[in-house]
Amino acid sequence: MAVQRRSWFLYTSSALGFLFLYVPIISLIIYSFNKSKLVTVWGGWSFKWYGELFQNEQILSAAWLSIKIAFISASLAVVFGTMAGFALSRMGRFRGKMLLSGWISAPLIMPEVITGLSLLLLFVAMEDLFGWPAGRGTLTIILAHTTFCMAYVAVVVQARMADFDTSLEEAAMDLGAKPSSLFFLVTLPLIAPAILSGWLLSFTLSLDDLVIASFVSGPGDSTLPMVIFSKVRLGVTPEVNALATLMILIVAVGVVVAMLQMRKRPKP
Amino acid sequence: MTSAKSPVSNKNPLTAPAPDLWRDPDARPFVFFDGVTKTFDDFTAVDNISLKIYKRELFCLLGGSGSGKSTLLRMLAGFEQPTQGRILIDDVDMAGIQPWNRPVNMMFQSYALFPHLTVEKNIAFGLKRQRLADVDIKRRVADMLDMVQLGHLGKRKPHQLSGGQRQRVALARSLVKRPKLLLLDEPLGALDKKLREETQFELINIQEELGVTFVVVTHDQEEAMTLATRIGVMNQGNIVQVGEPHDIYEYPNSRFVARFIGSVNLLDGRVTEDEPDRVRIRCNDFEPPVYLNHGISCAPNQEVCVAIRPEKMLISHEPPAQTDNTCSGVIEDIAYMGSLSVFRVRLDSGKELRVTQPNISRDSGARFTWNERVHLYWDVDSAVVLTS
Repeated sequence: MAVQRRSWFLYTSSALGFLFLYVPIISLIIYSFNKSKLVTVWGGWSFKWYGELFQNEQILSAAWLSIKIAFISASLAVVFGTMAGFALSRMGRFRGKMLLSGWISAPLIMPEVITGLSLLLLFVAMEDLFGWPAGRGTLTIILAHTTFCMAYVAVVVQARMADFDTSLEEAAMDLGAKPSSLFFLVTLPLIAPAILSGWLLSFTLSLDDLVIASFVSGPGDSTLPMVIFSKVRLGVTPEVNALATLMILIVAVGVVVAMLQMRKRPKP
Repeated sequence: MTSAKSPVSNKNPLTAPAPDLWRDPDARPFVFFDGVTKTFDDFTAVDNISLKIYKRELFCLLGGSGSGKSTLLRMLAGFEQPTQGRILIDDVDMAGIQPWNRPVNMMFQSYALFPHLTVEKNIAFGLKRQRLADVDIKRRVADMLDMVQLGHLGKRKPHQLSGGQRQRVALARSLVKRPKLLLLDEPLGALDKKLREETQFELINIQEELGVTFVVVTHDQEEAMTLATRIGVMNQGNIVQVGEPHDIYEYPNSRFVARFIGSVNLLDGRVTEDEPDRVRIRCNDFEPPVYLNHGISCAPNQEVCVAIRPEKMLISHEPPAQTDNTCSGVIEDIAYMGSLSVFRVRLDSGKELRVTQPNISRDSGARFTWNERVHLYWDVDSAVVLTS
């Protein structure tokens, strides 16, 4: 096979693409070290805003709440999403399978406004009917996030199960594993990468979400995106830049760790 | 040789040490399919099969895809339940016995090695389910690795092994629990030709050493011929013939078996002379009669089919001395294969016959050339008469 020369076209197009993606983020990081109080005016380097950030009770508690919610809903979504994805891939062919598969992925493309509104209506109706969940707050945000993150996990797990060699499970049974232990001995370790990436995806989606959380949260339970958004409406402060930089750092570390984990796994 | 049905004592020397329990009518079968039928929806995969397999046999189920051979194997492993009939292993009815409770292990076609476990842990998997002591597990795994000559690769993951090494790990894993019965699904299918030949003999050695009964499923007739003590030829859910490799090849009982195992020339004809000690058949394609020196069970004037293997025909320029069992034609095509040459000879009737000649001397392949007129002839006991 002939070695393809990398032309100037490839270099410039990839450079342009990366610039387009990362210039806004880099400028945000640089401005988080701005000494000036005015966001748009450069006043020299400083860690001042990071200090201020860690003094800000409102932001810190919102961040903590967001992380808690993201952790719990990602974990719940992984449990239910794996069950759904596993079941769908194992039920074989039946009437309406396409429809069910479509339904499970519908929340992925559903406008968030609609998801948020419908969940709000559901929670209100449920409270009227049997008094649970009482009021709106952390619990309702967790339920809402679990609902839409579950769809992502189910899709990822189902894709992984599609190229799962079922003779592996038969081999395990043949060697004396009962179906109950089989899942944990063979199936789960093999779909673990999919579950892990489903969890990470859910965690970031939940951390990210503003619209649905705004619909279903109650007074006092504001997640980080909600706090940032309300702050920005009063004008962008350099504090928010610092906060955003930290979030980018956390997400980047998470993604790198997840990728290294995936690379360690043997190919199926 | 007096009749086409009589068993031949000339048996496969490779499998000689195995006891020929199948020749003893009173022998107790180790595996017994008793009128087993398996249907999937409206498709009959296995159609009322009765089959006995004896202890220490290396039994090959041979058939094309969709012949039901894999379904038969999966029913032994317990992955499928018979729709009708019963399966006995060592006199125990297997109905309702789950795969994890059967005294059977299986080597899968894809090997089905657990990709997340090392070679050692793959082999130890079955022993751990038995809750054996760690020391015993370690020792038995090490013994198995030695047997398949992979002692140095125990810490590797399956994807770090070659195809042949994976095959041996799969074999070790299926043997480590010392099953009474080992099922092998196309055990050599994924290996290249050279490796396959070496592994065939290794497999036979292991089987003899351990004394385990093997049931092998394969679509490769060469593999079946080399491995098996007996072969069961399957077609469309039925077992059409069971016998030793020699019997199956030399005395096929139907056109299907004759064609499926090796290549064969089939000639349609009619019985003209039917005596207890000889038969003459007039073939549609040439004048001289086919003469057999033994009787067959048929009606006079019955339409039959004469099967002659290509290597049992001789080819010459001059007419042979014999007046029976001969015909002549023109060489249409020659394929030089090294050890032998294959000739395609077109008879005057238009029928093509396939003849192979061993190249016993260097220039014997050059004795004949295209478009030459040649005579074909064969011995009185070379042809087989097929009535179905």
